[in-house]
Amino acid sequence: MTLTGLLLQILQVAIALALAPLLVGWVNQCRASLANKRPPSILLPYRTIHKLFVKDAVVAENASPMFRLAPYVVFGAMCCASAIVPSLATDVPFASAADAIALVGLFALARVFIALAAMDIGTSFGSLGARREMFIGFLAEPALLMVLFTASLISGSTSLPTIVDTLAHRELAIYPSLAFAGVAFTMISLAENARIPIDNPATHLELTMIHEAMILEYSARHLALLEWASALKLFNYSCIGIALFVPFGIAEGASGLGMLAAVPALIAKLAVGGAALALIETVSAKLRLFRAPEFLGAAFLLAVLGMLVNLLLGS
Amino acid sequence: MGPNGFGALEGVAAVVATWMAIGVLGLLRPRDLRFVRALFVGGAATALALVAIALVALWQPAQSTTLPLGLPDLPFHLRIDALSALFLAMLGCANAPISLYSSGYFRAGEGTAPGLICFQYHAFLAAMAMVLVADDAYLFMVAWESMALASFFLVTTDHRIPEIRRAGFLYLLIAHVGATAILLCFGVLQGGRGDYTFSGMRSVALAGAWPSAGFFLALFGFGAKAGLLPLHVWLPEAHPAAPSPVSALMSGVMLKTAIYGLLRVTFDLLHLQLWWWGVIALTLGLLTALFGVVFAAVQTDMKRLLAYSSIENIGVIVAAIGLAILFQANAKPLLAGIALTAALYHALNHAFMKSLLFLATGSVLHATRERSLGKLGGLIHKMPWVAACALVGTLAIAGLPPLNGFVSEWLLLQAFLFTPSLPQSFVTMLVPLAAAALVLAVAVAAYVMVKFYGVIFLGRPRESSLANAHDAGRRERAALVVLALGCLFLGLFPVNVIGGIDRVNALLIATTVLPAGHSNWLLLAPIATGRSSYMPLIVFAVIIAVVLITIVAIRRVWHGRLRRANAWDCGYPLQTARMQDTAEGFGQPIRQVFEPFFRMQRHLPSPFDERPRYEVRVSDPFWEGIYVPIARGAERIASVAGLIQHRRIGVYLTVSFLTLIALLFFGR
Repeated sequence: MTLTGLLLQILQVAIALALAPLLVGWVNQCRASLANKRPPSILLPYRTIHKLFVKDAVVAENASPMFRLAPYVVFGAMCCASAIVPSLATDVPFASAADAIALVGLFALARVFIALAAMDIGTSFGSLGARREMFIGFLAEPALLMVLFTASLISGSTSLPTIVDTLAHRELAIYPSLAFAGVAFTMISLAENARIPIDNPATHLELTMIHEAMILEYSARHLALLEWASALKLFNYSCIGIALFVPFGIAEGASGLGMLAAVPALIAKLAVGGAALALIETVSAKLRLFRAPEFLGAAFLLAVLGMLVNLLLGS
Repeated sequence: MGPNGFGALEGVAAVVATWMAIGVLGLLRPRDLRFVRALFVGGAATALALVAIALVALWQPAQSTTLPLGLPDLPFHLRIDALSALFLAMLGCANAPISLYSSGYFRAGEGTAPGLICFQYHAFLAAMAMVLVADDAYLFMVAWESMALASFFLVTTDHRIPEIRRAGFLYLLIAHVGATAILLCFGVLQGGRGDYTFSGMRSVALAGAWPSAGFFLALFGFGAKAGLLPLHVWLPEAHPAAPSPVSALMSGVMLKTAIYGLLRVTFDLLHLQLWWWGVIALTLGLLTALFGVVFAAVQTDMKRLLAYSSIENIGVIVAAIGLAILFQANAKPLLAGIALTAALYHALNHAFMKSLLFLATGSVLHATRERSLGKLGGLIHKMPWVAACALVGTLAIAGLPPLNGFVSEWLLLQAFLFTPSLPQSFVTMLVPLAAAALVLAVAVAAYVMVKFYGVIFLGRPRESSLANAHDAGRRERAALVVLALGCLFLGLFPVNVIGGIDRVNALLIATTVLPAGHSNWLLLAPIATGRSSYMPLIVFAVIIAVVLITIVAIRRVWHGRLRRANAWDCGYPLQTARMQDTAEGFGQPIRQVFEPFFRMQRHLPSPFDERPRYEVRVSDPFWEGIYVPIARGAERIASVAGLIQHRRIGVYLTVSFLTLIALLFFGR
């Protein structure tokens, strides 16, 4: 690992950290516009995070060290994930430390920690949220792996840079399997990022919330870290989607200039993706919790179908 | 003596003799608790010696010897090769902390006297070691049965409780059904030559359907010990009944002797492997894994939950072995090597993490006298050491990076994913589906472990008596810490571990996963770096670094002020510990999604009920589906046979005479 490589790696994580709240702000703006409301400032998520850091942390009396540690671990896992996902360049040094399977593992690590922290205080909403989150998680995680496996079969590798390199070099090839995988991935991303139709990020209606129920007891810097981490999660998922399905424009190799040149392309793609997400959220209704297995089961089947199509057609 | 001057076999024999001697010493003063505790520490030290011997033997060529014991003309043959050495190392590694824990755990006045437990415990260890070095069917069966008997007596330590006696009986029954199948398997493998040494069996080339008969008898027999479907029913009964260190030993090590036996027969004694054996083993393993984990999710007894989780892990190991057979039969040695490495790695992982979790439940049990999840909660405040170690075990068994459970899962998925087109086209289609089933099982395992840890250690205590809970004693704590560090080591340094496992790969399928001269001890890349790679130590270091930097940066840029207040809970004023999820509640989504798996009886109160009672019973469909009909059939046959009993002696003599005539007629 060279020093330049390390610096570029840090640069990629820093850009992810900086852009993630912007993406959330953009999605919120689009949602508000589509609902004929006056949109909030795109910079609102930054202000919220700053405000939360300034406040004094209030922690429940019976909170254990687990509760206080969890936000840091979740944030750490998400930063680690953003170092693996080839968002700007394919050849960053950290990419060989963890492949697509390890990436899914990192998301699972974050989920388990946040669920355990939610159970720590012992409130009814906390354990309800933890149970629902793990429920959605065990349905979504296999489906996500199947999507990544489909892409791995095409490139013969689970290493994300190799997958992106392979896909980016065959602009004209059409992969029917990737079409299935793409639909499945969209559905999984909605579920994993606590979006409509599985969860609603804007709700505090107690009976329907999942993600919000888990972080109810958090305040100030812990909450800021969790908000930032979930923005980072949305960013990471968007980048995985971009890398798998529209990888053009990602810098190959590791050079500082190439990476900086890739930033505008990334921002443009994220803007389109964010607007599409807002559109999906606006036109669909939230599902009852026990309809979620059907939704995610469909995603899982689509992903498996994609894999079988790949094996049958060889593409 | 071995060829290199180091007598590994003599060393193992000495370890076995020491364990037996320790056991006999325990019988001398069975009620003297301090004396027995010291003996257990001696047993732990002996286990460490076994680890050293096994690790040396792992890198040496196979050695064999003959002991002039046993029956006349049937001496005991012993042999130690890489496969035995790896499992002996596993036995030693897991047993040393468990023995240390036991020295602080067993108390006077609980069922069997401590000295007697000490004898049974060390006889159990000695028998397991003998199983692993036996080189003929006779010694193997003697050791196997001693192991079953010793563990039966350990399971029924609290023999005054009827349920425990019943659990012990069920265990003994299934153990013997399995042992019969293993005996028949050896009968098939010797190929009619009457030579029951393993070297004799290796030289026999079976023809026709005989190899398949041998393999399936082995799968059935060893599957009964390991807990494969549908022979798993003894596990969830026996584990809660046994004292926790015994559960740890049985689940962590004894189940692995069955895996050892299966590998020994399949890859060493049989001279060929057929691809459809692999498909059947893979399917059976995955069904077992899914079944085990779904049942684990709905359990309310913490040790039963862990027992079902053991069934799941055994299923994963057998699935990996099935995949290895499939690849080996199709002459793809590298992929077979990866699958076999995944199986062995998972066996090693499970020995550490399941022992750790069972010992943690033992500490919880001693501190609270409560096994039911519905009456625990909030123990992280009272038992911080146990809670911290159990957290490592929980994350490891949930298959999360950078801990050890993830490494074997990762290897196994690599093997699944790089299935090049196998000649059997439908198998090529099956393999991705199998990968999907495996991933589903692992994902549900994370759900189960969140339930296990969250309900026991987090939240608020569900009973007022939990206020008196105390942390584990010093020896128990030390044992838990050692096991947790073991999990961490296996998770962070996979390349070093696989270096050892490769010795087994070289022995069994003549290939190695790590290329010769692999020098980068950080990078795990079984096929090629461009295809797949994993560096757990780097991942771990990055997460730790980010956490530390974040903590420091927030303190520097903003502040670190903190104050305590009541929990908010959306502003609801009334909050009691009863409002948390119970174990039943936490498992409810799984019960709903996987409803066809269960036999469920539910009683829901009506809205007008003044004293509502909610009741749900979940039972194993295999029990009603297979075991009850067999038991009924046996009773019916017995009652028919009973017709000729209770008569005069003349009837019996006639029956004997007729039998004799029939035998003479048919057996000419």
